[in-house]
Amino acid sequence: MFYRENGQFKSSYASDQQMLPILQDRLFMAGLLVIAFAAVPFFATDYLFLSLLIPFLILALAAIGLNLVVGYCGQISLGHAAFMAVGAYAAYNLVLRLPQLNFLVVLVLAGLIAAAVGLVFGIPSLRIKGLYLGVATLAAQFFMDWLFARVKWFTNYAHSGSVQTAPVEVFGWIVDTPVEKYLFLLVVLIVFTLIAKNLVRSHIGREWMAIRDMDVAAEVIGIRPVYAKLTAFAVSSFYVGVAGALWGFVHLGSWEPLAFSLTLSLNLLFMIIIGGMGSLLGSYFGAAFILMLPILLNQVPAMLGVPISTAMASHLEFMIFGALIVFFLIVEPHGLARLWAIGKEKLRLWPFPH
Amino acid sequence: MIMRKHGPVLALGALLLAGLVAPFADRSTTPGFYVEVLLGGLMAGVLYSLVALGFALIFKASGVFNFAQGAMVLFAALAVARLGEQMPLWAAIPLGMAIMVALAWLIERLVLRPLVNQEAIALFMATLGVTFFLDGFGQTIWGSDIYKIELGIAKEPVMVLQSVFQGGILVNAEDFIAAVVAAALVAGLALFFQMTPTGRALRAVADDHQAAQSIGIPLNRMWVIVWSVAGIVALVAGVIWGAKLGVQFSLSQVALKALPVVILGGFTSIAGAIVGGLIIGVGEKMAEVFLGPILVKAFDLAGGGIENWFAYMLALLFLLVRPEGLFGEKHIDRV
Amino acid sequence: MTGESSARAGRIGEVILAVEGVSLAFGGVKALSGVSFDVREHEVRAIIGPNGAGKSSMLNVINGVYHPQEGTIHYQGREYHDMDPHEVALSGIARTFQSLALFKGMSVLDNIMSGRNLKMRSNILLQAMRLGPALREEIEHREVVEGIIDFLEIQAYRKTQVGRLPYGLQKRVDLARALAMEPRILLLDEPMAGMNMEEKQDMCRFILDVNDQFGTTIVLIEHDMSVVMDISDRVVVLDYGKKIGDGSPDEVRANQAVVDAYLGVSH
Repeated sequence: MFYRENGQFKSSYASDQQMLPILQDRLFMAGLLVIAFAAVPFFATDYLFLSLLIPFLILALAAIGLNLVVGYCGQISLGHAAFMAVGAYAAYNLVLRLPQLNFLVVLVLAGLIAAAVGLVFGIPSLRIKGLYLGVATLAAQFFMDWLFARVKWFTNYAHSGSVQTAPVEVFGWIVDTPVEKYLFLLVVLIVFTLIAKNLVRSHIGREWMAIRDMDVAAEVIGIRPVYAKLTAFAVSSFYVGVAGALWGFVHLGSWEPLAFSLTLSLNLLFMIIIGGMGSLLGSYFGAAFILMLPILLNQVPAMLGVPISTAMASHLEFMIFGALIVFFLIVEPHGLARLWAIGKEKLRLWPFPH
Repeated sequence: MIMRKHGPVLALGALLLAGLVAPFADRSTTPGFYVEVLLGGLMAGVLYSLVALGFALIFKASGVFNFAQGAMVLFAALAVARLGEQMPLWAAIPLGMAIMVALAWLIERLVLRPLVNQEAIALFMATLGVTFFLDGFGQTIWGSDIYKIELGIAKEPVMVLQSVFQGGILVNAEDFIAAVVAAALVAGLALFFQMTPTGRALRAVADDHQAAQSIGIPLNRMWVIVWSVAGIVALVAGVIWGAKLGVQFSLSQVALKALPVVILGGFTSIAGAIVGGLIIGVGEKMAEVFLGPILVKAFDLAGGGIENWFAYMLALLFLLVRPEGLFGEKHIDRV
Repeated sequence: MTGESSARAGRIGEVILAVEGVSLAFGGVKALSGVSFDVREHEVRAIIGPNGAGKSSMLNVINGVYHPQEGTIHYQGREYHDMDPHEVALSGIARTFQSLALFKGMSVLDNIMSGRNLKMRSNILLQAMRLGPALREEIEHREVVEGIIDFLEIQAYRKTQVGRLPYGLQKRVDLARALAMEPRILLLDEPMAGMNMEEKQDMCRFILDVNDQFGTTIVLIEHDMSVVMDISDRVVVLDYGKKIGDGSPDEVRANQAVVDAYLGVSH
């Protein structure tokens, strides 16, 4: 009854093409932003910031990045954590060796370096498809794992192989409390989400999706697969590289090469499968889901009076992730984002059945 | 024409051969040591072949790229190790096999059947789900420590061929027997597919699902059979590896190396899985032992560990030069 | 119909596309052997033949998906060799597909817009920011696409995901996507396959309208002779990869080899 686009006529293509064409959606989004910026900082606890909100904002960014190449362009990657690692170590070395650089510049450069590496590992996508490509991307994963663990220069000859960072500073603002980190990341995520949205609704986005849906037909209407696939890999790796730098600098503060292992790559993949492939909103849903599940698993049984060990919780987590992936693939291949869309569709008709 | 068509492949072959000869550039490499490394690589290679075979079987018969093959190895090894604490191995191993068959049946029922006719990529992702489920489930019911499997074979290395090589060659009896068992299994499976009616039916299914179904081959049962065979193969690999390295979580990742092996060999080829496994086994061992120290010295690395990525990089090279692998079939896209 | 087609006949111009001695084989299987024919500007040229005659292979050769082992193709007086589909598209040849090859996950609008991609110039950074030029470009092309949507009468489905449309409408979207490229030559691969009579008539009308209003040269494939004969200016007949007939619909109808091929006598 309240969610209805009746009477909202579009008189120009520009207004028909805006991001949220329905008034109620715009109001909802505005409300959400007000809550995120004005309410959450006052109510959330440090625990909530550190164990949920901060990782959520970064992983959502990484999930968007992965979604661009897997969900939008249809090129599978099992090694995206490697590009996060590239971003993180690039940022670490930039800050270390060029301390006068603004952190935002560092972020962009780290993203660009990750994009360059992603481009190289995206080259096999020109010759091979789907599953083969999956294995090729594993090469990126294992090679980068090794590179950052063994080549001492990257970790500045640290004995343990782990690196430490100082708090991020942007234009004199030292981002070190949980609230500040949250706000900083929130702004970054919003900016990058808008950019991603623009890309996927522009012709580059259509090229990606065309390659994903029917690559031969795409070629016949004049889309160059080389360009489409490589840009998808580059942009995706850029996003993931930025996310990696943020993960290292803002979330972890210090990290070891293992921080960006295959497990993280697969987790990113799960986020977009469960959240929704080819959906930016789905990337948010997936990231939130994957972060919340372990927390719930640790706390709910205890609340119910059947505490389980951490090891057991982690095994259960694996099982539940695995089962959920199969479940979603069978029941709703488009993930939580599709469920959300169906909900909205229902709301449009409510309270009339048809 | 021949050079244009086969040039890159020949170049790659030359590179591999060069890799085999290169260690002798260092005069301190004794033939005995060289052969030891070679044998070590071959033995690891036989295990890779074994896992890769399970992988190729499933891909051939159901078109599923089974990422869970590594998880199946771990699961089977855990089962045998823990059952082996309660009963003798001769009972634990068949029981483990029965469990793997039951697992195959469950996977067919709960995962494959509902996803039939879905795109290959969806099925692949489903096997990622199966991987995680099995890793979690296995550790929940069997435990997550490091367990031992005692095959009752002496672990002390034996010196052999002292007359041929100066200083002789150190051979691990356990390794040797393991390699023989694995090789026998590989040969047995190859025979099974060539000679038995079930094997022929499976090959028919691999060629054309619909045609096979239309002549009365029950597809679902075939899938249960291949997944069972793959499960049993995983068990053998898991037991051998487990006896050598201890049964632990990392087995799952070691077994993942079957992926580059099948890429090298060609997805649909049994021979490819075998040859690919041997190439990768020997290649990474050689790289680790002979190339590793050179790299460490040259780039001041914190240790070698080339083994971790060598197989994948080799597969990547192959994908760029010859995507269909050594023995795979080239297919043409229809419009 | 006859009056209309004779009016069109006056507009038919020079040879725009000439296929000479094209042979194509997959491994040992010959799909095409020594096929030659030409297409004149503004005409409706049909390629017919029974299933497996090599019609789709012929289209795939023309738009660069397959490269023939022998033979040449002259297009607008130039010979082209080993052009990839992207270059062929750039040179003004568009096509539709026999088995639907739409982008299933995209809306009708986006599918048709993707046909404009060739003509879109703004770089990735402008698109990312959706700054002035990128936005203006998007709107300009949207206007062209809206014209095509009106022309093919699919206004109501603009925002519908294409996979959810009924078959007949999907065929229309396929045509719309090809038209969005503003091609000089339009290759249609069995545009009427699987349609009922009414849908076929609609499709015939659209094809003739495209030919009349935009002057687009049309090469179409059909295995159903009846419809094709009514709308084509000239017809090539293929059978087992060989040309067995070429000429006006009436000539082809009178050709004994063609009749045999369709009745299955000659083999």
